[in-house]
Amino acid sequence: MSMLELRTVTAGYGQFTALWDVSLAVERGEAVAVVGPNGAGKTTLLRVISGVIPPRHGDLVFEGASLAGRPAHEVVAHGIAHVPEGRRLFPKLTVAENLKMGAFLPRARKAYRESLERVSALFPALAERQKQRAGSLSGGEQQMLAIGRALMSRPQLILFDEPSMGLAPVMVLRLFDLIRRVREEGYTMLIVEQNVRQVLKLVDRAYLLEVGRVRMEGRAAELSEQDFVRKAYVGL
Amino acid sequence: MTVTPARAAGAVLLALIALAPLVPMAGMKQYVLHVVIQIFVWSFIGQAWSLMGRFGLVSLGHGAFLGVGAYAVVLLWNFYGLTPWVGGAAAIALSVVVALVVAYPCSRFGIIGHYFALVTLAVGEVVRLLIIAERDWTGGSLGVTLKAASDASLVAMQYADKRVWYYAGLGLWLFGLWVWARLDRSMARAAMEAIGEDETAAACVGVRVTRFKLRITVLSAALTALGGIAYAQYITYVNPETLAGIGVSLRIVFAVVLGGMYSLLGPTVGTALTIALSEWLRIVFGVKFIGMAETIYGLLLVIFIIFLPAGIYGSLAALVRRRRPAPVPATA
Amino acid sequence: MIDPIFLVEAAVNGIMLGGVLALLALGLNLIFGVLDIVWIAYVDLVMVAMYAVYFLVMVYGWPIWLGGLGGVVVGVALGILVHLLIITPILDSPPVNQLLATGGLLFFLQSIATFLWSTDHKSVRVSLPSIELGGIFVSYPRLIAFVLSILVMVGLYLFLTRTFIGTAIRAVSQDRGAMALMGASPQKIYVVTSAVGGAMAGVAAALLSIQYSVHPYFGAAFGPITFMICVLGGLGNMVGAFIASFVMSEIIAIGGVVWSTEMGYVIAFALFIVMMFARPGGILAKRQ
Ligand SMILES: Nc1ncnc2c1ncn2[C@@H]1O[C@H](COP(=O)(O)OP(=O)(O)OP(=O)(O)O)[C@@H](O)[C@H]1O
Ligand SMILES: [Mg+2]
Repeated sequence: MSMLELRTVTAGYGQFTALWDVSLAVERGEAVAVVGPNGAGKTTLLRVISGVIPPRHGDLVFEGASLAGRPAHEVVAHGIAHVPEGRRLFPKLTVAENLKMGAFLPRARKAYRESLERVSALFPALAERQKQRAGSLSGGEQQMLAIGRALMSRPQLILFDEPSMGLAPVMVLRLFDLIRRVREEGYTMLIVEQNVRQVLKLVDRAYLLEVGRVRMEGRAAELSEQDFVRKAYVGL
Repeated sequence: MTVTPARAAGAVLLALIALAPLVPMAGMKQYVLHVVIQIFVWSFIGQAWSLMGRFGLVSLGHGAFLGVGAYAVVLLWNFYGLTPWVGGAAAIALSVVVALVVAYPCSRFGIIGHYFALVTLAVGEVVRLLIIAERDWTGGSLGVTLKAASDASLVAMQYADKRVWYYAGLGLWLFGLWVWARLDRSMARAAMEAIGEDETAAACVGVRVTRFKLRITVLSAALTALGGIAYAQYITYVNPETLAGIGVSLRIVFAVVLGGMYSLLGPTVGTALTIALSEWLRIVFGVKFIGMAETIYGLLLVIFIIFLPAGIYGSLAALVRRRRPAPVPATA
Repeated sequence: MIDPIFLVEAAVNGIMLGGVLALLALGLNLIFGVLDIVWIAYVDLVMVAMYAVYFLVMVYGWPIWLGGLGGVVVGVALGILVHLLIITPILDSPPVNQLLATGGLLFFLQSIATFLWSTDHKSVRVSLPSIELGGIFVSYPRLIAFVLSILVMVGLYLFLTRTFIGTAIRAVSQDRGAMALMGASPQKIYVVTSAVGGAMAGVAAALLSIQYSVHPYFGAAFGPITFMICVLGGLGNMVGAFIASFVMSEIIAIGGVVWSTEMGYVIAFALFIVMMFARPGGILAKRQ
């Protein structure tokens, strides 16, 4: 059984439908990418999974439990962490306090010290800036903090929404290295990215989303070989 | 002007209102007239408030203008024997000065929203406390009674006959409606609405934000002071709690929001209802349960605000609009 | 000419008053900072809690400290009740409606207090002497109130910075949606915030009870100054509110000795208005 499974999920905002009958699965231990042009519905997809918006119909099953329609704060407790688009840190809180908020769940709170050590080992740059306000960090550091904060909830599945957005090219490469290291720690992950070339090197499988529908799906290596994807997204 | 059912109904209603004092009502007459006069005057004040309120300038200090208007005219008469016709002009001028002193910096420094509400609240408190502090003149928190005129009632603007006040109040109310409607149709409205939505954006498209805000505030303050003068002359007694401070300011805002501040008759509907309600509660509970009438009044206000956020008139209007069949587009 | 000793005494009393005002301002500010709603009736909740203290101590004969704790419990209960019954339904309403809903509560509380307990002033009598310090008389209850209010504020500070839930309260005021992604229900955090605000009102009530008598219009007397302090300090800015409390209470205390109590307030409000124009973001705005 897959760790996460979406079955014909439809969702949107008000009258507007952003996702049409999307089906998708993530196996335990896998890294999966979702790519697609702007406005394809990638962010919406992650929002549905993490409970920020409810699916209109279709089902959402995580570790055998249906999460469709559950509010965001309950979904986290099931082990899904969401690193949202634009990072959404608490700018006036310090780095340490942001990480602390990541461990807000009772279960995570118990393991707070241990999680903090793990995150500090992964992101030494953050450990040095414990007392600094999150809003004063550089873009790359902020993204690290957003990822670190997500790890603090001790998730099984991490959703990344365009982690490389707004970063300088050098930083993008470093960030993908960091995500690779997170992956090696054994986390399952679903990554939305515009930087298709980089992300396909990182993941096992990928979905291509266009105007709210899954257009293509396959192993990362095969997908990056396909003419269509190369021309349209990888830019080769 | 074409005759529409709404206009015809309005004309009939107006005629009835104008003729009401001629209806024999036996002993009840004085009381009924008294309540209706209050409704006229406070509706007028509510209209004055809504000129600002509808554009996002939520003032919690209109009691300041009421107080300045009422006290200035009463004190000038009591101490210098100055006729309210002249004293009233001075009182209005004074309230305009107060309005400018507050409004200019407010719009200059972009004080809006909660901050504007709290600054105006402070202004209302300053006026109330000044009145209390200057007790040698103003009688402090006990208030002052308007000195009765020996004869010349027109000069003193004092009339024992409630019918005079009824027609004066009616005139005042119609004047308020006219100002409201004028403003509604003018260019200023589009500009002010743009400001209410987003000040910076409005300034970018060339709206002179400060100037419009000042004008509307001055107009609102002057009319409020006028209402305060009329009320003081009618009641012949002024008191800092009923004419200044947070209580009366909140009551004005309540009435308007309850009625609906975006429609011509909203302030009137709200004022009429709140006055009728508090009069009725007062009669029901009398002097037996002091505070009970006000308790229920407060409770109902909270309930209204929660369940009828668009105001009574506004919610009814929306309901009527929904009931009416949608217009069928003419297709060729 | 006024004897300087009176001025010094007034200044000392001002500091004492400032402690309790700061407590009120911090409670209101916390609620405003998190919920973005000004509870116009906040000080009227204090008034109700003061009645609770009065009845517990004077009628039921509880010891003063226990009565004070009772006042705090009443404050918490009121905070939660107001939140669930009034604030929750209007969280997304326009600001005018929010002001008015809590304003209606103000009328309600004032008049129900009049109805239930009449307009008589009721005071908790504590027989504590004044203490003399180099010619200045400081009333003992005021000193106790001051010390306790400082302690409670330190407690609030530690709560907001050291605990998970306290940090979450600050976090939710910055990004409600992100806090939900951390596994916290924003609604629950809001209730906790209102409860803490209510607790501050309760503590203030207990401390005010030993210095002032309570009456239905107590809220009207202390409410406006509390709002002014919040705005002067910068809405949502705790440190600013703390400093502003002492500035305002000094003005009121010294103005009261030199002119009259009302003039003290008039000057405080006038200063507030002027400061609004000079520093719209509050006295500490530039440091932010
Ligand atoms: N809060 C919202 N309200 C209404 N429509 C929205 C909202 N958020 C997104 N949309 C619409 O839904 C569609 C999908 O948006 P979404 O943010 O999921 O796209 P995306 O694939 O993440 O795009 P991008 O690459 O730009 O982040 C878009 O047409 C967008 O305009
Ligand atoms: Mg997106």
